[in-house]
Amino acid sequence: MALFLAVTPFVVGAALGNAWLRVLDFALLYIMLALGLNIVVGFAGLLDLGYIAFYAVGAYTYALLASPHFGLHWPAWAILPIGALVAGIFGVLLGAPTLRLRGDYLAIVTLGFGEIIRIFMNNLNAPINITNGPKGIARIDPISIGGHSLSKSIDVFGITVPGLTLYYYLFLVLTVLIVIVGIRLQNSRIGRAWVAIREDEVAAKACGIDTRNVKLLAFAMGASFGGVAGGLFAGFQEFVSPESFGLMESIMVLCMVVLGGMGHIPGVILGGLLLAVLPEAFRHGAVPMQNWAFGKVLIDPENLRMLLFGLALILVMLYKPAGLWPEKQHRLEMRK
Amino acid sequence: MSLLEAKNIGKRFGGVQALKDVSLSINSGEIYGLIGPNGAGKTTFFNVLTGLYPRDDGEVIFDGKPLELGSPHKVTQAGIARTFQNIRLFAHMTARENVMVGRHARTKVGVVGAVFRSRAQREEEAAIERRALELLHYVGIADRASGLAKNLSYGDQRRLEIARALATEPKLLALDEPAAGMNATETAGLRTLIEGLRRDGLTVLLIEHDVKLVMGLCDRVAVLDYGEKIAEDVPDAVRNNPKVIEAYLGTSTS
Repeated sequence: MALFLAVTPFVVGAALGNAWLRVLDFALLYIMLALGLNIVVGFAGLLDLGYIAFYAVGAYTYALLASPHFGLHWPAWAILPIGALVAGIFGVLLGAPTLRLRGDYLAIVTLGFGEIIRIFMNNLNAPINITNGPKGIARIDPISIGGHSLSKSIDVFGITVPGLTLYYYLFLVLTVLIVIVGIRLQNSRIGRAWVAIREDEVAAKACGIDTRNVKLLAFAMGASFGGVAGGLFAGFQEFVSPESFGLMESIMVLCMVVLGGMGHIPGVILGGLLLAVLPEAFRHGAVPMQNWAFGKVLIDPENLRMLLFGLALILVMLYKPAGLWPEKQHRLEMRK
Repeated sequence: MSLLEAKNIGKRFGGVQALKDVSLSINSGEIYGLIGPNGAGKTTFFNVLTGLYPRDDGEVIFDGKPLELGSPHKVTQAGIARTFQNIRLFAHMTARENVMVGRHARTKVGVVGAVFRSRAQREEEAAIERRALELLHYVGIADRASGLAKNLSYGDQRRLEIARALATEPKLLALDEPAAGMNATETAGLRTLIEGLRRDGLTVLLIEHDVKLVMGLCDRVAVLDYGEKIAEDVPDAVRNNPKVIEAYLGTSTS
């Protein structure tokens, strides 16, 4: 498994080119996001439609602390934990007023929260220019480790390792860390309390669970994962702007969680991988496929992509309502 | 010695006075029955007592200290555990996990311990699981430990709920109609279980419709009617109390 993950970027890079290496890097970022959202939606059962806001908070934290915008150039290892912390605080800020809400009501409020964050990013360029508005923040420092910037390739024993591959390894390490944290939380007193709240909040209270604190904890943990992913995104892209953090992105991450299997970490990873990679495959494959089949391009690949994506969602929800790879117990009872 | 003393409890829902001046005291080690016709306010009293509803009047002294009502988890931590009239289990968790959740109030390892798998965390987890299995054994459903709560039989679900409540180490166990919907065999089994609880030193507050069960099991019984306590005595005296008979059967009109 480890070997497979280690050689993947070389195989992908050699066979499909750098564009696909990029897709792979993004897939890892999305998996981190999906794992974070899984804590809130999958474990604690709190439907969050504004999750991308925490990704934005993490990304802007990185952008502001490591770019010419404020003339700050802090190192990544210092910024990423700060990004996680700031996002976690925003998580509590979202959680605190919504504690009494559940289901669709909560979804609406979180949706609004996500939009508010995006609009702030868009408009905080006046009177004091903090976020540089819709133009975004450019020339962000790439992440560097041991003095070597990951945006440049490196020669190891005569083999040239491109920057995209270096980022892949960094993202992979952090994804594995997030998976470990997620699994350990799930199999703990806190994880059980989250699931208990999802299953029956009144009974959870009667079991002595302080549902207020435990829910806030879920929001904070989920948000901090998103904050880390956001910081990595900013360093990787070297540019952030509000349009990367729209509602569609929140929905995409939610789809990854639901499609993969809510509350089941391997399922969520699968969901993240599929939804990050398949649309790209459609995009790249649509034009040659149509040329081959019809001799010309009938449907714009971008439209086709969304069409197939929608179709796939409907089919999965019809035939595998618990997700593609749900928890074993869940699967057993769905069959009944 | 009284373990719980409720003084002048009042609760209104809009214009409806659901509870009015209800005072009762439960002695340590007894089984105390709370009965009354439908809509008399039994479950409301339960919900006020366990903090689910904020109360409008009165106070509760539990174990010598005033009970902070209005926050259920604090009531549980103070030592009152309850079951629900319409069973409320964590349906998609196993029986064992349900009871493990019940240990929440008496354990303390948080996020940091869980993430780093500290020694304290591992020991606590092992202890939680051990205790959960003991309790499942105690209520007689140890063989269903790995089954999902929702797939247990009705009687076993009731037992699981009691096991989960016991996991919080209560001094007072409040059972809201535990025999509702049970057949005669299951009721007899439940009775044995509750008698065992008393033998093991637990105080039990029992709301029940099954009059035979209440009269056979309880040391003392209180009767609620229209939100007011109309009687409180040993079962035999309550059975012959004219006010109680009137509440259940009505007065003769001829």
